[in-house]
Amino acid sequence: MEENVVLTARGITMTFPGVKALEDVDFTLRRGEIHALMGENGAGKSTLIKCLTGINDFEAGEIHIAGIDGPVKNHSTRDAQNVGISTVYQEVNLCPNLSVAENLFIGREPMTAFHTIDRKSYNKRSQKIMDDLGISVDVTQNLENYSLAIQQMVAIARAVDMDCKVLILDEPTSSLDDEEVEKLFVLMRRLRDQGVGIIFVTHFLEQVYAVCDRITVLRDGHFVGEYPIAELPRVKLVAAMMGKNLDDLEEIGKEHENTAEDKLEISAKGLSHTGTVKPFDLDIHKGEVVGVAGLLGSGRSELARAIYGADKANTGSLEVDGKSVKINQPIDAMNLGMGMLPDDRKAEGIIQDLSVRENMILALQAKQGMFKPLSRAKQEELVDEYIKVLQVKTASKETLVKQLSGGNQQKVILGRWLITQPDFLILDEPTRGIDVGTKAEIQKLILKLAGEGKSILFISSEISEMLRTCSRMAIMRDGEKVNELDHDLTQESVMKAIAGGEQNND
Amino acid sequence: MTKKSFWGRLTESGLLLPIVSLLLVMAVNIVFDIVSGNNPFNFFMITLQHTTSNGNVLYGRIIDVLNRGSEAAILAIGMTLVVSSSAGTDISVGSVMSLCASFCCMLLAGYGVSSTSTLAVPLIVGVLGGILMGALCGTFNGTLVAYFGIQPMVATLILYSAARAIGLLLCNDLIVYVRNGSFAFFGSFLGPIPTPIIITVICIVIMTLLLRKSALGMYIQSVGINPRASRISGLNSKRIIFITYIICGLFAGIAGIVASSRITSADSNNIGLYLEMDAILAVALGGNSLGGGRFNLAGSIIGAYTIQAITTTLYALGVSTTQAPVFKAVIVILIVAMQSEPVKAYMKKRRLAKAAREGGAV
Ligand SMILES: Nc1ncnc2c1ncn2[C@@H]1O[C@H](COP(=O)(O)OP(=O)(O)OP(=O)(O)O)[C@@H](O)[C@H]1O
Ligand SMILES: [Mg+2]
Repeated sequence: MEENVVLTARGITMTFPGVKALEDVDFTLRRGEIHALMGENGAGKSTLIKCLTGINDFEAGEIHIAGIDGPVKNHSTRDAQNVGISTVYQEVNLCPNLSVAENLFIGREPMTAFHTIDRKSYNKRSQKIMDDLGISVDVTQNLENYSLAIQQMVAIARAVDMDCKVLILDEPTSSLDDEEVEKLFVLMRRLRDQGVGIIFVTHFLEQVYAVCDRITVLRDGHFVGEYPIAELPRVKLVAAMMGKNLDDLEEIGKEHENTAEDKLEISAKGLSHTGTVKPFDLDIHKGEVVGVAGLLGSGRSELARAIYGADKANTGSLEVDGKSVKINQPIDAMNLGMGMLPDDRKAEGIIQDLSVRENMILALQAKQGMFKPLSRAKQEELVDEYIKVLQVKTASKETLVKQLSGGNQQKVILGRWLITQPDFLILDEPTRGIDVGTKAEIQKLILKLAGEGKSILFISSEISEMLRTCSRMAIMRDGEKVNELDHDLTQESVMKAIAGGEQNND
Repeated sequence: MTKKSFWGRLTESGLLLPIVSLLLVMAVNIVFDIVSGNNPFNFFMITLQHTTSNGNVLYGRIIDVLNRGSEAAILAIGMTLVVSSSAGTDISVGSVMSLCASFCCMLLAGYGVSSTSTLAVPLIVGVLGGILMGALCGTFNGTLVAYFGIQPMVATLILYSAARAIGLLLCNDLIVYVRNGSFAFFGSFLGPIPTPIIITVICIVIMTLLLRKSALGMYIQSVGINPRASRISGLNSKRIIFITYIICGLFAGIAGIVASSRITSADSNNIGLYLEMDAILAVALGGNSLGGGRFNLAGSIIGAYTIQAITTTLYALGVSTTQAPVFKAVIVILIVAMQSEPVKAYMKKRRLAKAAREGGAV
């Protein structure tokens, strides 16, 4: 083995029923490098990672690890840990009903002299780990009490705390905002300097250029190439991933026109949900795209959930289309023409064991009622249409949704809501885990919906994405709507408002 | 779309293993009959036999399996839905059967009467009363599980232990006999065919139609797989779980009437005894995960008849009633092991290896 190399994979091939997920893929990881693994949704990134960590049982190929003679075949994640591979998977897979500390140490609990679990010491150590990462949590609280972003940080902390030669991070930043991402990068650089090889998967190109040393690109399960970062500028990277040039990505939607009409679609007065979001007022016009910005845990999602009835509002009043309404649960909101794409795909989005077709028609069917089933022909027609619009990569309509790649699952849920043709659509991190090409398509789609007079509430940790689509932005801080910006929307002005450097101007 | 072979469709539908299990049990019969020098297809022989009370009726081991398996099959329908929606089992169905039987017989005989040949109320009132009692029990269970969030096992434990006693209370601590031909009908014959078989078929057809002609099936599975996501998508998760328990209770009521009609009485202590176990096992044998989610009704029903076939086979083999459960347990272990993940993974690996050997020699 070449010197400095910690891990090589050669000729990895892996087939799922109906899908060749990987074919003859090579990958080489060196000591002390951060290596980006790039590719479109469904390219095979997560599959390759799962081959390395023993979750997938690949059919052909060999994996070698420095210091171990002969090919290594991991049969479980535990095997992988034993040979020094530590992983954060795309979907957070911790135990929501255990405490943060328990999640950090599960499977490797410190023991007392009496062979009982040393709770005191691990609570203390956990608190230190999280403090070092600059995350303020109470480690004795159950994990489910924290937002998805915090959960993601806990998963990262857990992986990082294990002694490892190889650290794999599969889209760890998808629900983090800039500040957390920066913390993670500091950590990654520190580990790199200690000689750890890091595999990093992300769909945020800036992040690749911020921390990575080298890039491997996959396309449709094939190895495209391995490049030092300096040799693969952004445009070339996108071209390598997509197999074609994407016409000026950055420009998409930048010059969008304001399609807002005078009539109000949504008018919330003093709406609140105890414990998550303080009373707020919000008006959304027909044909308007309103953004919600704020730090993690600032109540962005919670604001939307209070409108939609996902968390029933405790106070305040809501008018939809000029009429005063009462929403007790999501179906009430849906019957008023609303839809909500939630941010936590695994917990609140996909119905894992139902097919792509069933997942996509679920909301429309729920709206129609139990005794008015959509005919099979109608279902297939709708599903075919949206699979095409959203470019969902799936073996068939009857494939179980859990077998799709993360980004494609996200597209399915987006499709579920588009099929209901809502007048008011809440999109909470709609492009999470979605590749660059499709991201641009989705932004275009949002503008098109607005052009048709639909109203959209757009929540995202990526400010640039909102700038491209929104004409107005609500700013959240500590569960409170503190500001609203409707002109001079720039990265700086929004960041400033979020941080609280600007006086309220309402 | 390519046309799938019959075999491909069968594997995909998840019915392959349940059917294989059932065939296996039948094969045991054939082997046994060959060994003992009988007609090898004794198990499948159906003859007409003359009875004094019912004229010519169908007779044979397979008819016996279908007939005796009726109650378990009917219960398995409801149990399948409950397991799917709530990832839990309704262990009260056996006791609820008994309560429904008692209530029905009490209505038909009149309170405090222990034996009658004339009906106190029209037959239909008694029968519907019994079935409604089942639905009422289902409502109780459903409320606890869906709206109070009590674990299904614990919630249904209440009626599991109380329902028989309530039945006895209704019957004034007596075994009520309803010796009336019209009531006996549900447990005897319609023409040459045992009525329980017909009732089971009707139940299956109604349920199948309901699942086909409404979105109930998808709702139940969706809620069973991910209740939170289902709610966000507009389903009333709690109400759907609640409904499955009512349906389960309703079918327990029907099974109770059949069981009671067979013996033209309400024998509180024996009707439906241990049948909840058979119903749960039927769901598992049918290839359904007891962890909820996707369900396969046909599988459960095949499972129910498989259990009955095992019992009937054992008796045919001359195994004594006291030892039969041991053999039954062994067979069930084999069948369940055959469907378990490690075995399935092993079989799949062998298939892939075989395919690779045959096709991969390039
Ligand atoms: N368990 C599975 N069963 C069947 N097919 C699968 C399974 N897991 C992945 N696939 C398929 O393998 C292909 C590669 O998926 P993978 O998850 O590796 O993509 P990815 O590159 O990680 O994409 P994303 O950026 O969306 O996360 C996809 O076509 C997917 O449908
Ligand atoms: Mg992935």
